[in-house]
Amino acid sequence: MSATPPTVNLVMAVTVAGLFSVGFYLLLQRSLMRVLLGVVVLGHGTNLLLQLVGGPPGRAPVVGQAPAGSFADPLPQALALTAVVITFALTTFLLALGYRSFGLLGHDQVQDDVEDRRIGRGAAPAAPLPASRGDGEDDGDGEDGDDADDGDGGGADHARPDGGLATGSSARFRRGVPGRPGSPAPSGEER
Amino acid sequence: MSALPALPVLLPILGAASAVMIGRSVAVQRAVAVVTLASVAAVAAVLVVIADRRGPVVAALGGWAPPVGIALVADRLSALLLLVSTLVALAVLVYAISQRIADFGRRIASSSFYPVYLVLSAGVSLAYLSGDLFTLFVSFELMLTASYVLISRRTNERTIRAGMTYVTVSLLSSMLFLTAIALVYAATATVNLADLSERLDTLRPGLRTVLALMFVVVFGIKAAMVPLHFWLPDSYPNAPAPVTALFAGLLTKVSFYAMLRTQTLLFPHDRPWSLMLWLAVATMLVGALGALAQNDLNRLLSFLLVSHIGFMLYGLGVSDARGLSGATLYAVHHITVLATLFLVSGLITRRTGTVALDRMGGLAATSPVLAVLFAIPAMTLAGLPPTAGFVAKLQLLQAGAVAGAGTTAVAAVVVVASFLTLFALAKVWVRAFWGRPAATVEDPDPHDELEVGTARTPWPMYAATAGLVVVSLAIAAFAGPLSGLTGRAGADLVSREAYRVAVLGGTADGPGAP
Repeated sequence: MSATPPTVNLVMAVTVAGLFSVGFYLLLQRSLMRVLLGVVVLGHGTNLLLQLVGGPPGRAPVVGQAPAGSFADPLPQALALTAVVITFALTTFLLALGYRSFGLLGHDQVQDDVEDRRIGRGAAPAAPLPASRGDGEDDGDGEDGDDADDGDGGGADHARPDGGLATGSSARFRRGVPGRPGSPAPSGEER
Repeated sequence: MSALPALPVLLPILGAASAVMIGRSVAVQRAVAVVTLASVAAVAAVLVVIADRRGPVVAALGGWAPPVGIALVADRLSALLLLVSTLVALAVLVYAISQRIADFGRRIASSSFYPVYLVLSAGVSLAYLSGDLFTLFVSFELMLTASYVLISRRTNERTIRAGMTYVTVSLLSSMLFLTAIALVYAATATVNLADLSERLDTLRPGLRTVLALMFVVVFGIKAAMVPLHFWLPDSYPNAPAPVTALFAGLLTKVSFYAMLRTQTLLFPHDRPWSLMLWLAVATMLVGALGALAQNDLNRLLSFLLVSHIGFMLYGLGVSDARGLSGATLYAVHHITVLATLFLVSGLITRRTGTVALDRMGGLAATSPVLAVLFAIPAMTLAGLPPTAGFVAKLQLLQAGAVAGAGTTAVAAVVVVASFLTLFALAKVWVRAFWGRPAATVEDPDPHDELEVGTARTPWPMYAATAGLVVVSLAIAAFAGPLSGLTGRAGADLVSREAYRVAVLGGTADGPGAP
């Protein structure tokens, strides 16, 4: 295991910083697709950082192939490999979740929490009988009707321009959202 | 070296694999899951005894000695938390099996629930036992990936939103965790915890503080520490009752354990740690006040969960052996009682068909069993004597009282937060259990994925919940020996010597590593 290098490769450091900035910026967006890209970019940034902390590049770390001092540090490479696999698995999971969201909602915008907003306004609890956990307050106080299965003219009204958390971000995502891709994805337990 | 610490990880993984292979027969899957978790609990009990009598048990995987290879370490703290977590996971599993039989029938069920459940418990075990930072990262990913699947299984418009929040926030904290590991490696060229505890001592104080704070942020997100708690009350209430109970009982406590382990072993504080005390104050108050505003029973419990994370952070902030002992005891109590309360909430929901408190009523008259099952854990969480919560809180308060003026002031906040908890739970009691029985509507289609009305509750669901209540009462009944054990665990955490010697070997007379 090589010791810590006295200096850091500047190009690598700047690249890692750039990837982190882009990743965090994308994570703060409302579209799940951009969030997903943010996670991917952030994952690349961390993996590159792992490579960077392994010290300067060297020969392949196989005992007997090169003199003892000339090896590259194998441990960060092993760590990065593991991290790559994990990031890959979670990216596919997020993709599936985004697709499911697209199938159910007709868009992939991250929604505000209805119950939070209601409590924040100090409003009375929703009038009709809300169902239990799961679909909780969905059929509640009428203002959240827009995340139900309406035909979905455009994604903009899903960003909830009516206040608080959504302000400022709604205009940015006013892209046309196509209709549902076929029938909604099957929900619930796979039997 | 012993292979024993590998079993709590290996058994659930093998169980999950065999459950996948025999996916056609749900009955066998159920049996495999129950037997696996029961054996893990037995192994954990053995580990507690060995770790308490002979010091930390170390398993060096692949025969590589610890500073180079991966080591699994079971000391008093990790073995105790592993035992309690596994017992809770077992009870929740029985509840889940029974609920799934009632909802989906004996034959028809998904073939993925039990394998994923076992993978999650393998991740929990690995997190408790891992002896290096990177294995800790892998265990968190194992646990969280399984939890992503569990939380987003029943998808509708609402749960998909909850799932997104949960997955995104967890992924972000995982990336930060990896970044922190990379930076620690750059500074010390090792990821082994015992090795790090020696090498980090030689770093510049500024660098050490930055690294310590990165771990506080990483585990603070995962443990729902205010102001990083926002994702929890959004996501937990939307999962099915057993899944919420499992998450509430285990996931945040595993993260708290990771914070406790890294902060005590890697970045020890010999005086009370004011940053952590302030965070504890914020967590206790924001959680308790947030709970008071809620009308949804599960959200109320989620906020109380956040609030009581603050109690454990307080013990960590006191940073002496008594404080850490109190935090450990509180974690043991918290794992049990929160899981119980969420299971009871599931029972209430099945009976009333709603989670909205203002639409419940009269449950004390219509279902006295439910009233008892709710009242005991509620009093335990609020910390009324003679329950386990009182014992744990008393230890925290005593630790705070002797540690200095600052911690005594924060101890007053602990008392205030306890009263706020009591107030929030009394609100639940008045609205749900007293008053006129509310009209209920039966679920028109009990076998679909929506729960929109009352449902039949088979007796094993009550039995599993009652079992956890009994565990919680047992913690109070055996508070003496238990607080002796956590006291020794706290002393271990402060001295760090037993852990280092057991993992790295050495000249001291630790008999841990034969």
